Parts: sequence; structure tokens; C-alpha cells
Amino acid sequence: MASRGIRDRVAIVGMGCTPFGEHWHKGADDLLIDASKEATASAGVKIDDIDAFWLGTMGSGISGLTLSRPLKLDYKPVTRLENMCATGSEAFRNAAYAVASGAFDMVMAIGVEKLKDSGFSGLVTGAIPNDGTLPTITAPASFSFLAPAYAKKFGVSDEQLKEVLTRIAWKNHRNGALNPRAQYRKEVSKETINASPRIAGPLGVFDCSGVSDGSAAAIIVRAEDAYKYTDKPIFVKALSFVAGPAAGPIDPEYDYTTFTEVVRSAEDAYRQAGIQDPRSELAMAEVHDCFTPTELVLMEDLGFADRGMAWKEVLAGTYDLDGELAVNPDGGLKSFGHPIGASGLRMLFEAWLQLRQEAPEGRSIASIKAGKKLALTHNLGGAPGSCVSFVSVVGSEPSA
Amino acid sequence: MSGIVSYGSYIPYFRLDRKVIAATLGTGGGRGTRAVASYDEDTTSMATEASRNALTARTGLVVDALSFSTTDPAYLDKTNATAIHAALGLASSAMAADLGGSVRSSVAALLAGVSSTGTTLATFADTRCGLPGSGDEANGGDAAAAIVFGAEGTVAELVGRGHSTSEFLDRWRIPGESASKIWEERFGESEYVPLAGPAVTDALKAAGITVDQIDYLVVGGVHPRAQGVIAKSVGVNAGALADDLSSAIGAPGAAQGALQLVDALDRAGAGEYIVTVSVADGVDVLVWCTTSALAGFRRQRTSRTLAQQIADGNATLAYPQFLTWKGYLKREPARRPDPDRPSGPASSRSEDWKFGFVSSRCLQCGARHLPPARVCVKCRTIDEMTPERLADVHATIVTFTIDYLAFSMSPPVVAVVVNLDGGGRFMCEMTDVDPASVAIGQKVEFTFRRLNTAQSVHNYFWKARPVRA
Repeated sequence: MASRGIRDRVAIVGMGCTPFGEHWHKGADDLLIDASKEATASAGVKIDDIDAFWLGTMGSGISGLTLSRPLKLDYKPVTRLENMCATGSEAFRNAAYAVASGAFDMVMAIGVEKLKDSGFSGLVTGAIPNDGTLPTITAPASFSFLAPAYAKKFGVSDEQLKEVLTRIAWKNHRNGALNPRAQYRKEVSKETINASPRIAGPLGVFDCSGVSDGSAAAIIVRAEDAYKYTDKPIFVKALSFVAGPAAGPIDPEYDYTTFTEVVRSAEDAYRQAGIQDPRSELAMAEVHDCFTPTELVLMEDLGFADRGMAWKEVLAGTYDLDGELAVNPDGGLKSFGHPIGASGLRMLFEAWLQLRQEAPEGRSIASIKAGKKLALTHNLGGAPGSCVSFVSVVGSEPSA
Repeated sequence: MSGIVSYGSYIPYFRLDRKVIAATLGTGGGRGTRAVASYDEDTTSMATEASRNALTARTGLVVDALSFSTTDPAYLDKTNATAIHAALGLASSAMAADLGGSVRSSVAALLAGVSSTGTTLATFADTRCGLPGSGDEANGGDAAAAIVFGAEGTVAELVGRGHSTSEFLDRWRIPGESASKIWEERFGESEYVPLAGPAVTDALKAAGITVDQIDYLVVGGVHPRAQGVIAKSVGVNAGALADDLSSAIGAPGAAQGALQLVDALDRAGAGEYIVTVSVADGVDVLVWCTTSALAGFRRQRTSRTLAQQIADGNATLAYPQFLTWKGYLKREPARRPDPDRPSGPASSRSEDWKFGFVSSRCLQCGARHLPPARVCVKCRTIDEMTPERLADVHATIVTFTIDYLAFSMSPPVVAVVVNLDGGGRFMCEMTDVDPASVAIGQKVEFTFRRLNTAQSVHNYFWKARPVRA
């Protein structure tokens, strides 16, 4: 038994992504229509040409009707799915497999989330009836567990760690400032980030991803059909998804400085894609920077830094837009915003733009012009020690 | 007839310095401090803590029956003692019932313990307050006590008692009201004081002792002024009138008499007479005589003493925080949803875990699971687990956070991940702690708390607190 992957068997031929943000005047229906309209236009196809749909949303609708009703789909299969904050990626993965299986010629993966109708701060999820013993801390609190544990393990002072986290937020805001679709389009000074009101542990408001509404979509066909629709298809090299045993909160050996689920899904994805050295082979990575300590730890889990070294790489600018490996060139969850079901597809949208060299001047990645052809997206859901993780690798050329 | 075989107490961590009341209101307050239940405590949780203190003070106690006395029950119509029973991990065959409503019910609970056969745990807890600026606010106290009765190895025995009962309107409260009403103070004094003499006389006569033989006289109740007069009127020897604890912790209602008895037992030698007087809807006088086993009991116990619990108090509690906890100050909540009520069936399925803090240990590899699991996280063996109660095991902080966003009666929420001594990992809230003092490596112990109340359901579970000397 093995995870074999579907390297180069399917390709993306069209994508759409709404601006993310506080869409007080648009509902989930509007966002779905906007994203799917842009995706079909980008591929030069009609919605009727699409054989099946995978809709990812955590809480903005249930069942395939959430998509088929607003789009008035003509009796097509629509799968609605959820996998926490990796929901958008999960929609893409399942849609890609459907094409690879030969069941359909053309499918759409689409994700949406309408978070700003709840009236609450941060992310709110409905609880399944339970015995009242489950931890009720917020998402920023559970991810902030990483900060003191990382600092202690690697001998980083609280002040140094805060500087590192601040720099991650500063970089992602700077990238987002260049991106017209991002929720926050302003650079934010390190002083402002550092002094922002505390949310959890060392995390201030500016260490947290934007709570926003949005939708993104991708149209997927067999690789051999891809050039019928576009000169620049994006080929799927690897798709890996793991759900861990949620051992962290119950296993004394878990130390809150890594996501084992991410390590495993990255290993699987690199094997599928034939990647030996991700840091040098990838042109860019969109990673799940829900909170700044998450991005820090992910740099090590994804193999972009040696253990205990990511904090120094962050300070050295390794992951800046013009650094050795651009991480979250579109602003990431931090600045682009995080409408749960849409985020995984939003990450692919940035890979789509960059690898096709369609990102505007000023935020295009130099190493792609220079010939690099691979991008990674990483999406996770849950909390440190208890999460699901998705890693994809996509590329602008089929393998030789 | 049974005697006392163990005893314990619980004084919550926080104190209100009475001076801060007048500093804010311009009136009320006084000298000294009163004990204050934290926002996550109620009479049920405090009675549980006092009972744990009593049951760990002596090994080998197997409780056959439990009674719970309070004037401030967490639930009406539903028995509160069953939650205490569950939190202590007592056998299903042990009876558990409330003996509540008024302060005087605590005297009945002590007498029921004396009359019982087998091992009976009488537990007492109260949260006493009044409207801002009132005497009840300043003079009340929140605390709990537990007395275990049995036949073997008694440290004290009841040797005499006397009672006076009378119906008059001194203090009262209709169920649902937050504060009691009090008649003119001098009327209560005029009713109570004449009731004391006959009760004291009857008790001493039954015990076969004279006033001179009283080594410790403690007077509690609901009328401080009458109590003062009565204490003097008994005429005990100089030095025999014991401190009633009110200047340090206040008067904790239904827990006061038992706490005063605990305090006297912690001081008494062998063969000494302790007389407790309760001035509440009558006067009840109990004469206890200590045994030679008392000193040995005190020597061998490792549980924290009442004196330590009183000394460990934190008197920096701000008055607005006190008012908020007591429900007299409505404050803007976090912009977060209210918590959901726990599910009845789900809570029942996990009774041993939720109330008893019972984990499972893998019989193959020894890994502990909190919460209990059927599949081992280490070796994946299925359904080969043995239950293990961990309420009294200490743990060490692995990582922590301060959550400023989460819903809480008293933000911020401190959350910790801890490794237990002897194995096992648990993530939970931390309480009774200054957020700035939390650190990796800090030692914690577990405490039974009320996490919240949602849709009229109290959600009880365990938290961590710092291990205090």
C-alpha cells in the first residue's frame, strides 16, 4: 500500500478569486457566483461545461445545494465538504482525484466562507453537543502555545521571539499591500505590530490572520486536455493530506514546536513530486500563517529551515518576496484574509498567478522569471498537536 | 454512635480587604479580610475541595454516606451532593444527599454524622454576601469544611449537646433573591441571648463537665452582636474563648461551625473539651472531647491545614472584581458567543472523567490517557485499559498562554499544557494564579471548579492551580 499521487495527470486551466475582506454587502451566494464566474471566464468555458463540483465551506452552508441553488446548476453532482481550515484545499484535492480517475472531464473546486455575519470577534464555530470538558480557548490561544515552547527549546529570549513574530507579520502585510485582492492593503510598521493589543500570549492583533469573507475557485481537467483551454496550465505535482491522531494534547512527548501532521504531509508531497531540496527547488510557498508562530514553525516543518533555525532565517529575510524562497507572496492569511473554505484555493490562485507570470510588476517573484517552475501550498486546520494538514506542489510544466 | 475520624477545610484563595469597600462606596467595610470564592467556584466545588482535604488527611477511608450543607445551593430540586460524590470518586452504593437551606442545617448534619454507622462524610460550604455596602457583604465569607465520622481511630467524640429553638424574624431570604433581609439588630439580640443559657447548661450537664473544664469555646452564627454577648456570658476561663476566624475569612454561614471545630481540633491536645455554639434560629451547643489519637492524626497527614489555607490568601482582590464575581456589577462581555450548556447524556457517559478525573492507563505499554481513551495513543492497543483517578497527582507546565479573547467571567483565561507526574498529558485552564507568574516548569495541582453556567446548567470540571506550600 502506498500514497502514489497523481503527478502530472491533471491541470488547472482556470481560476477565480474574489477580493477577501469585510463584504457587508455580499452574501455567500454572491461570493460563489463571483468566484465561479471569474474561473470560467479565465478558462474560456461555460458553467454548463463543468461536469461536477466540489464545494468547500466550513460553516456558510450545508449540502451541494449551497452551490447549485445560487448558480442554478443543471442537475450536476455537487459535493459539499469540510476539513476545518484546510477545507478549500480538500475541495481541490477531491476534485483533482475525480478527474484523474477518469470519472469526469472537467470539474470545479470552489471554496467560500462568510464569516463577517456572526457579529463576534475572531472565528466562531458551532460546537457538537458534548460533556463540557473540551478546551474552550480561542484559536489564537491554542496556536500561541507554540511561542513559549519554541523559545524555551531553542534558547530564544521572549524579546527576540517577539521580534521574529513581528517580522513575519510585517513581511506578510508588506506583501499584501501590493495585492489588490488582499483584505489589508497597507504596510504596517514593526512598531505598530509590536505594540498592538494583546490577543493571546505574545500575540497581538497584528499577529492574527484577517477574519474575512471571500471565495476562490479552480477548474481542473486531464493534463492532456489542458492546452485546449490555456497556453499556461498549472500541473498538479503532488497532493497530500493527513489527519493526525490528535496526540499532542495527550502525549507527554509532544513539545509544541512542530506540527507532526505537516512534516508527514510534506514528506509525502515531496515524494510524489520528486522534490529533494524544497528550499532550492521551489520558487514560492503559500503557507498557513493563521498566526505568526505558525509560519515560524512551518518553515522548519516544510524543510525550509533546519530545526531551531527558522527564527534566524526570518530575521535574515530568507522568506521575503525578494528573498531566497518567497513565502506568502500574496500576503498570506495574515494580510490577504482567511475566509476558511476559500483559503486553500486562494493559495493556489497565487501559485497560478505567479507561475504564469501574471502577478503584477512589483510583486512578481524573480526566481520564476529566472526559470523556477514549482510552487507549494500548505493549509492546515485544528491546533498544534491536533490538526489536519494539506500540502500541494504545482508546476508550470509537465515533468520531462 | 460515631466519632470524628478525619477532618478538612477549604478556604478559597482570594480575600477582600474590607477597607476597599468604604474606599469605593464611602460606607460599609471594616477591618480585616473576608474569604471570596473565585468566579469559578460555588458551594459544590468548594465542598468537594474540603472533602478532598479531609479524605487525603487519613488513608483508608471508605465513605458510605455523604451529606452536604449550604444556604447557597448551586441547584434547587436537583441534589448537589451527587456532584460532590462523583468528584470524590465515591462508590455508587454510598448515599449522598443535601441537608441545606439554612445555617442551622449544618448542626443537623453534624448530629447525623454522630448518629451514623459506617463512615459518613459531612461536608459544609457557603458563599455569603449581601448588597454592596451591607454588613453581610463585609462580614460574610466563602469557605468549606468536611468532617468524617466513623468508629475506628476517633480523634474527637461528641459527649454532650443542648438546644434551644425559637421562631422569630431575624434574617430571611426568599429563594431566588440575591441578598438576605435582616430585622432590626437589637431585636435579634434580645431573642437570641436568653436562648443560650439553657442550651449551654443542658450541654455541659449531658457531658458531665463544668464551665471551668471547657478548653475551647467557639461561637458562630448569623448574629455577630448576639454571638459576642453569648460568648462572654458562658464564663469560660481566660484564654479558652477561641478566635471565631471572622476577622480573617468572615462568617461562612453553614460552613462556619464545622470550620471553627476544625480550627479547635488543630490546636487541641488529648482529652480536651471543645464547645461549639451556633447562634442561628435558636442556639445549638455541642461538646466535643478529643482523644489521644488526635496528635498522631495531625502528625501523619500531608494535606494542607486550615491555618496554611488562611495564611495563603491573596488580599489584592479589587472591589470591582469582587462585585463582578458576586453578580452585582454587570460588565461588557467579550464579543464572543456564550458557552453552550453541557449535554446531559454526554456528561453522564463521562461521569468518571468529568467529575472524578479518572483517566485510562494502557495495560500493554502503561501510557496514561486524559481523557480516557479506548485506543492507546502510544501502542494503538484497543480496549485494554484500566481506569486510574488522577485528581491528587501533580503536574508540570509544558507550555501556556494567556487568552484575552475567550469568554470568561474573569478574563483573561490562563491555559496550560501540563505533564503529570508518573505520565500523562493534559491541557486545561489554570486558576487562582497571576497570569504574569505562569512559566514553563511550574508545578501545578488539580482543583474541581465550575467552568461556567450556560442555560441554567452548571459545567463542572477540573482546572490546574499552582502548588502552594
